[in-house]
Amino acid sequence: MNTRVVELLGLKSPAGVHPPSQKLAAGHAIERAPLPKSVILPLQQHIGAPAKAIVKRGDEVKVGQKIAEADGFVSVPIHATISGTVKQLATVASPVTGQPVPGVIIESEGKNEWIELTPADSETLSKEDILTRIKEAGIVGMGGATFPTHVKLSPPPEKSIKSIILNGAECEPYITADDRLMLEETDRILRGLKIVMQVLSVKRAYIAIEENKPEAIARMRQGVAEGSLPGEVEVVAVPAKYPMGAEKTLVKSILKVEVPEGGLPMDVGTLIQNVATLAAVYDAVALGKPLVERVVTVTGLVGTPKNLLVRFGTSASSLIEQCGGADPSADEVIFGGPMMGIAQSRDDTPILKGTNCVLVKRSDIREEYSCIRCGRCIESCPMGLMPLQFVNLVKKEDYESLANYHIADCVECGACAYDCPANIPIVSYIKTGKAELRKSGVR
Amino acid sequence: MDNAKRLVLSSAPHLRGGASIKRDMYIVILALLFPTAGAVYFFGLYVLLMLATAILCAILTEYVAKWMRRQSFHMDGSAIITGILFVLVMPPRTPLWIVVVGSIFCIAIAKEAFGGLGHNIFNPALAGRAFITVSFAGALTRWIAPVHSLLADGVTAATPLGEGFTTTLSNVELYKALFFGNVAGSAGETSALLILIGGVILLAFGVIKWQVPVFYIGTVFILSFLMGEDPIFHILAGGLMLGAFFMATDYVTSPLTTRGKIIFSVGAGILVVLIRKLGSMPEGVAYSILLMNAFTPLIDRYVRPRPYGYVKGVKEEASP
Repeated sequence: MNTRVVELLGLKSPAGVHPPSQKLAAGHAIERAPLPKSVILPLQQHIGAPAKAIVKRGDEVKVGQKIAEADGFVSVPIHATISGTVKQLATVASPVTGQPVPGVIIESEGKNEWIELTPADSETLSKEDILTRIKEAGIVGMGGATFPTHVKLSPPPEKSIKSIILNGAECEPYITADDRLMLEETDRILRGLKIVMQVLSVKRAYIAIEENKPEAIARMRQGVAEGSLPGEVEVVAVPAKYPMGAEKTLVKSILKVEVPEGGLPMDVGTLIQNVATLAAVYDAVALGKPLVERVVTVTGLVGTPKNLLVRFGTSASSLIEQCGGADPSADEVIFGGPMMGIAQSRDDTPILKGTNCVLVKRSDIREEYSCIRCGRCIESCPMGLMPLQFVNLVKKEDYESLANYHIADCVECGACAYDCPANIPIVSYIKTGKAELRKSGVR
Repeated sequence: MDNAKRLVLSSAPHLRGGASIKRDMYIVILALLFPTAGAVYFFGLYVLLMLATAILCAILTEYVAKWMRRQSFHMDGSAIITGILFVLVMPPRTPLWIVVVGSIFCIAIAKEAFGGLGHNIFNPALAGRAFITVSFAGALTRWIAPVHSLLADGVTAATPLGEGFTTTLSNVELYKALFFGNVAGSAGETSALLILIGGVILLAFGVIKWQVPVFYIGTVFILSFLMGEDPIFHILAGGLMLGAFFMATDYVTSPLTTRGKIIFSVGAGILVVLIRKLGSMPEGVAYSILLMNAFTPLIDRYVRPRPYGYVKGVKEEASP
């Protein structure tokens, strides 16, 4: 149908939702969190094979020292984030899956002694050397996906990459870590972007920032104008609408094309990198510095919401303390944003590479009613799916039919459940459905 | 580490928007107050008695049905809507015992027997009216002229769409009477103006989609014109306005997607004109919506949104 007609008839579903932004910590400059006395480092902080421990109990380690080796191509090493002694090799609960994973516990000797770093001039390095340095630094997608960055930067030769989209959308409510990083570490991000453009030999980059962050947009534009980036780099103010920062939503918004079903952004010649990831890429390639810390927004029902620079393995509770403690009425701690974050069973779980936010809140568990077929979930779905059908089919245990409704395309952004008047935990049903479908072997 | 605080574990999203079934339902009730007030104004306090009876019966029936099905009862407002709508589509002097039987049928058979709110196939109020039509045909033949008085008894009169309707009014005067509701008819169907006010409220709060009334009423207008009838008369007379804003828009019994809703509305519009012109009944709005209700599962099966990145014919390649 003609697009004019489609728009006139209101057939183009608006897709996405507008949760209140709640960027409480936006005005707080990044502060360094005090070094923890001990850290818990799960050996799986990324997608792919867990890293293999190469230290043993009693070993002395320095900051940045590799304590676990990547196990295969889709894996990254883990580094010590404080200097001191390896206290224990233990099984710890993963803050992401809740499942037990191997981990290393290090106790500080209070000195913050670093390994010797080996800086390099990125312009003289070969692509392979750059990718090796990125992998050895343990860099993963820091927007939350935690996919190893060196793998993402090694697309198969038949996919020609024409552009990079730098993801500074930060569409989840509450989180301000990337916003602050763009304001305070503009230069590192852009240097990281330059390195990645060099690796992929692309001449075009877009920096996508939601329009509700005008200062970050201005700062990045200024940085681009001053800097010496190769090729054309454009800062694009994208609409503030959740889930704008989801890869496929971003591709559609910036490039006006859709990634084919079941495909990846590289199928349309682009690649998406989070801003914090690129700052880490710069540190790794130019300074030789492994990934041991990140900016975490600690927000919600805490005394003063802040953006803290945190060593991995630091417990969430110590960060909450640093922000004036949790309100007594709070009974939930979420790693990540309120839309896609993961509820923690304890408040002393460690911060990982993918933890961009610690959200302290009061639980709001509502009674689930029957679906009234209002269709809001369909309209809010950024992937053009019918979320209520997943709920119906999972309730009927008709898992095979889920594939007919394209359940695999669901990105679990939660826009549907956010808008559901019947309080149906749609995403939980979808996760169950995906798991059952996998079991039955049907894609 | 042992004194870690005990936390609540809930699944994402941990944030919920403002939509709620109750909110939707009470907005509909607010919108219904306008045609309801008109019904009392035109046809007297007896209509209020009918309303009280129907609402009470509807709520009690739902309560008993939930108790029998060992489910919890929620005062979500949907039974109130069914009670009100049922009265609004009945003649203004319907005997109270018929109101009782009808509203019990609406809830017990048309709604709860199918599984309750969200599971019923047919619009409960219209199903109730259809049930009364076939069971107690005599009760639905006595129509009265507006009384403009709270207590006066009605004088029998023909409805504009009924047999034997004659008028001395000029066209413009007749349109005016129909628009303001000064004609014989079902209790809450006569005043287009009051229904439109209610409709604007529903649209303003985003409870209904404009496509439904526009395509429903538009289809009736165009088709009746093509068939040589007076299109303005056809959209103002009878239950079209009430049906278009309050019943064809029912979430539960109409299609999910906007595209599906348009198909539903056009189909219902065609049926109204066909029933009025060719059928043996004077009015066809109730049956047009009930018939399209029956098609809703079929429409939902075939009219789906296009998934992101989905191109016709390429699907098989993408899924190994």
